[in-house]
Amino acid sequence: MAKNILIVGGGLAGTIVANGLCRQLAPQLRSGEVVITMLGTTETHMYQPGLLYVPFGRIREHELFRDQRKVLDRRVIFHVDPAKHIDVEKNQVSTAGGRTLKYDYLVLATGSRIMPQSIPGMVEGGHWFYDLEGARKMRDALSKFEGGKIIVNANAPHKCPVAPLEITFMLYDYLKAKNLLDKSEIIYTYPIGRLHALEPVALWAKPEFDKLGIKYETFFNTESVDPGAKTITSAEGVTLPYDLLVTIPPHQGAQVIVDSDLGKGGWVPTNTKTLHRDGSTNIFVCGDTTNIPISKAGSTAHFEADVLIDNLASLLTENRMARDYDGKVFCFIETGSSTGTYVWFNYTTPPNPGPPSQMVHWFKLAYNRLYWLSAKGLL
Amino acid sequence: MQTIDARGAFCPGPLMELIAALKLSAIGDQIEILSTDKGSVADVPEWVAKVGHKMVGVTEKGDHWSIVVEKAK
Repeated sequence: MAKNILIVGGGLAGTIVANGLCRQLAPQLRSGEVVITMLGTTETHMYQPGLLYVPFGRIREHELFRDQRKVLDRRVIFHVDPAKHIDVEKNQVSTAGGRTLKYDYLVLATGSRIMPQSIPGMVEGGHWFYDLEGARKMRDALSKFEGGKIIVNANAPHKCPVAPLEITFMLYDYLKAKNLLDKSEIIYTYPIGRLHALEPVALWAKPEFDKLGIKYETFFNTESVDPGAKTITSAEGVTLPYDLLVTIPPHQGAQVIVDSDLGKGGWVPTNTKTLHRDGSTNIFVCGDTTNIPISKAGSTAHFEADVLIDNLASLLTENRMARDYDGKVFCFIETGSSTGTYVWFNYTTPPNPGPPSQMVHWFKLAYNRLYWLSAKGLL
Repeated sequence: MQTIDARGAFCPGPLMELIAALKLSAIGDQIEILSTDKGSVADVPEWVAKVGHKMVGVTEKGDHWSIVVEKAK
């Protein structure tokens, strides 16, 4: 009887896992011992980090998308049919389309989503670049911007923890190129008492902000936005006026995780090393879906997926786990429109950002295209 | 009481994890955060005081700290 691997989620994490398993389990797939099925929510696969460039007209929208069927190994059975309920007792998943799929191994890669609606006034008053519609709206607002106060407002939790800094530096360069710097002010707000969750990154960013005249308000957790008065107010009791509000909305996990009672806020309690769902031996969690206190970012999903593939393949062929996830994360950081730096860290090694360079910026631009090789599991 | 194990967390860090967890909690809920970062012992109470939540206690437990916060608003 075939072993069924079911992957819920067709984003980067689910796709790398599916493609990697196809490579490692090729003989088992050929003989019919293993069947890999993926449940996705859409026909297309989006390169999410590319959205950062949309407001500045620095990427074409079509570059962000590929047909998921073409990104996925053809041996994967792919259904565009969102999971509706995950029953970990019965080892089965039911879908919006009425399917019920049994599994021997389940991979939860349901990702995260922005929740601007969770903060009063944010939908009406804010601009963001975390989905295509938002990025387009922000592009339009920027093209009409003639100077004034821009607030860059980061909320917890969010994915891609360096994006608030990147968008701030890119906005600065954009205003400079448009000759609007003299008439403008950028104010960056952050939930904790420094400019970034990673202390070395915060220490690096502060003098950079000071040098550029970018202001900041730390310990700022957004409570509400007043789109009429154009003000934003924090739970800490500070109200700031704005002409343009660029926000990184708070995130939550997928609704199916909440509805299936698998984790508060859609985050599944996960073993930090084995990536097992706590309490399960046949359920793995990958990418943003975990509750592991590290970055919710594509790179995290990628490195977790590599470990998960090795472990799941070893379990199926040798009945043992291969290795632990060490918490590895690697993030590019755009520091303007022509320079960049990066950080990497794991559970035991703190990050240490290097001086920005054009070389790293160009590498990030190259990676924007190499991404598709990552998704295919080739990089 | 919910416990968040943020020991060894570099990013997003213990305080950020606590803020995210408090958002999903009800008033009166207590949350314990475990941190190996000594900075949390100062950061967390400072933020809690600023927002108006309640500090329940900070305990050193060998190589890490247990910080308990009650959601008050």
